[in-house]
Amino acid sequence: MKPLTTEQIRAVIAKGKFRDNLFKAVGVFCLAFALLVIVALIADMLIKGSERFTLDFFLNFASRRATQAGILSAWVGSLLVMLVTALAAVPLGVAAGLYLEEYAKRNWITNIIEINITNLAAVPSIVYGLLALGIFVYQFGFGQSILSAGLTLALLILPIIIVATREAIRAIPAMIREGSMAVGATRWQTCRYHIIPYAMPGILTGVIIGLARAIGETAPIITIGALTFIAFLPPVPFSEIDGGATAGMFDWVMSPFTVMPIQIFNWTSRPDPAFEINAAAAGFVLMAMVLSMNAVAIYLRYKMRKNIKW
Amino acid sequence: MSANNASDLPKVSDRLAYNAMRNWKEKLIEAILLGAAAISVLTTLGIVYVLVSESYSFFQNVSIIDFLTDTQWTPLFDDAHFGIMVLISGTLVSSGVALLLAIPMGTIIAIYLSEFANPKVREMAKPILELLGGIPTIVFGYFALLVVTPILQFFLPSLPGFSLLSAGIVMGVMIVPYIASLSEDAMRAVPMSMREGAYAMGSTKLYTAIHVVVPAAISGLAASYILGISRAVGETMILAVAAGMQPNLTWNPMEPAATITSFIVQVALGDLPHGSIGYQTIFAAGLTLLMITLLFNILGQWLRAKYRENY
Repeated sequence: MKPLTTEQIRAVIAKGKFRDNLFKAVGVFCLAFALLVIVALIADMLIKGSERFTLDFFLNFASRRATQAGILSAWVGSLLVMLVTALAAVPLGVAAGLYLEEYAKRNWITNIIEINITNLAAVPSIVYGLLALGIFVYQFGFGQSILSAGLTLALLILPIIIVATREAIRAIPAMIREGSMAVGATRWQTCRYHIIPYAMPGILTGVIIGLARAIGETAPIITIGALTFIAFLPPVPFSEIDGGATAGMFDWVMSPFTVMPIQIFNWTSRPDPAFEINAAAAGFVLMAMVLSMNAVAIYLRYKMRKNIKW
Repeated sequence: MSANNASDLPKVSDRLAYNAMRNWKEKLIEAILLGAAAISVLTTLGIVYVLVSESYSFFQNVSIIDFLTDTQWTPLFDDAHFGIMVLISGTLVSSGVALLLAIPMGTIIAIYLSEFANPKVREMAKPILELLGGIPTIVFGYFALLVVTPILQFFLPSLPGFSLLSAGIVMGVMIVPYIASLSEDAMRAVPMSMREGAYAMGSTKLYTAIHVVVPAAISGLAASYILGISRAVGETMILAVAAGMQPNLTWNPMEPAATITSFIVQVALGDLPHGSIGYQTIFAAGLTLLMITLLFNILGQWLRAKYRENY
C-alpha cells in the first residue's frame, strides 16, 4: 500500500471531524426536539386553556355546560387518593428496602423478592388495575372507592420507592453501622437512629417521584371503575350528611370519586370543542402538579449530592 | 452463673430478661420488615391469580383456538366473536411506530450524552429527559389527538381523526427518555481504557462510539430497548384517546384501531356486571398483554446473557 500524502491524511482527518460534528448536530437536534415537545405541550395547554383559569374553574363541579364545568371533585379526589397511596406505599416501601439492604441474608427467599421487584416495575399499569378490580373491588369488597384507588397506586409505585430506599441506604458507608453497633446498639436501633435518618433525603426523592407518577396514572383507576361524573365531595369527617347523621372519621375513604386524569380523559373524548378548552386547562393544572413535584425531587437530589460527603 | 453474692442474682436475671426481650423485639421487627418485602411477591401472585382464574372462566365459554384464530372481535355484541389477533394487531402496529421513532432517537441521544456532550450539557439534559418521562400519559394522549393529529393531517390529508400513527408517534416521544437514560448508563459503564485504546489507534469519536462503545454496551442497550417495548405494549391512555377504540384487524398505521389496553379501558368505562362474559373478557385480554410483555422480557434476558461482556 502506498503511503498517504499529507494532503490525503488531512482530508481523512477533516472527513472524520466533519462526521463527528455532524453527529453532534444530530444529537443536539434530538435533545432540542425533546425539549420542544415539552414546551409545545405546556404552551398549547396554557394558551388554549387560558380563558378557564378562574377561581370558578377550581371551585365548580363537572357540568354538562363546558363554561360552567370545573375540577373541584377532580383535584380533591386526586389529593385524597394520593394521601391513601402515600400512607400505604411509604411505610411498606421503606420497610421493604430496609429489609433487603440491612437484614436479608443471601438466600433464595431474598433472590425471589429481588427478581420480583424488578419484574413488577415492567408490568403495565393497566394490569395493576385488573388486579385491583379482582382483589380490592370484589374480593375485599372495597368497591369503587378512594381506598381501592389509593391502594392500587400504592402497589404500582412500591417498586420505585423500594429501589430509591435501597440506593439511599447503600450510599451510607459501613463505618456508620460499625460505629453504632460498637457502642452496643442493636440492628434495629442502628436503622432507627442512623440508617433511616441519613437515607431520608434519598427516600424522599423516591417518594416524590413515585407520587408524581401516581397522580398522573389514569388506566388503573379507570379499570377499577372510577366514575367520570361526580358532582359531590367525599364526606368531611364529623360533618353532617344526609338525614342528620354524622360522617365518621374515615367515611371519605369509601366514597366514590374522580381524579384529575379521568376528568381530562372525559373532556378530551367529547366531540364538543368547548370541552377541549376545559381539557387543556385541567391538563395544564395536572402538568403543573407533576412537574413541580418532579422539580422538587430533582432539586433535592442536587442538594443532596452537594451536601453529603462521607 | 456462679455468683458468690446472693444479692447480685436478681440484677443479673433482670439484665438477661431485658436482653431476651430486646432479642424478641429485634426478631419481631425483622419479621415485620420481611412481611413488607413479601408484599411484592404477594402482588405478583395476586396478579397471576386474578388473571388466570378469570381467564379460566372465560375459556370455559370460548375455545382457545377461536380466541387465537378468529378475525373478529365483537365480545359485547349478540353475535360475539373473540379473536384476540384483532387487538394484538393494533398493539403491535402502534408499538412498532413508537419504537421506530424511539429506538434511533433514544440511542442517538444516549451516544451524544455519553460520548460527545460536555458535563454541563449532560447535567442540563438529564433532568429535561426526566421531566419528559414524567409527563402523565393522559396529557400525551390529549397532545396526540388535538395537536399531533392535526399537524399530521396537514401533511397526510387522508389521515383520519383517530389513527395508530399519531398515537404511535407520541408514544415514541414518551419512550425516548427511558431508552436514552438506560442506554447512556450502559455506555458510561464501558471502561475508559477501551476508548483510549481506540483513540490511540487514530479513531474519531464517532468511530469509537459506534465500533467500540456500542458493541461493548450492547447488552445494556438491548435491555433498554426491551423496556421500551414493554412500555409501548402496555401503554394505555395515549391509545385510548388518540387511536380510536374500534376493533380493526389491520397492519396499516394510518387507520384507527383498538389495542388490548384500550379495549380494557373501553369495557371498564361501561357498566359490566361482575362475572359476565364481557367482564371476564378484559381479564383474558390482560393475561394476553402480560404474556406478551413477559415474552419480551424473557427474550431480553436471553439476549443479555448471550451478549454480555465482562471487563
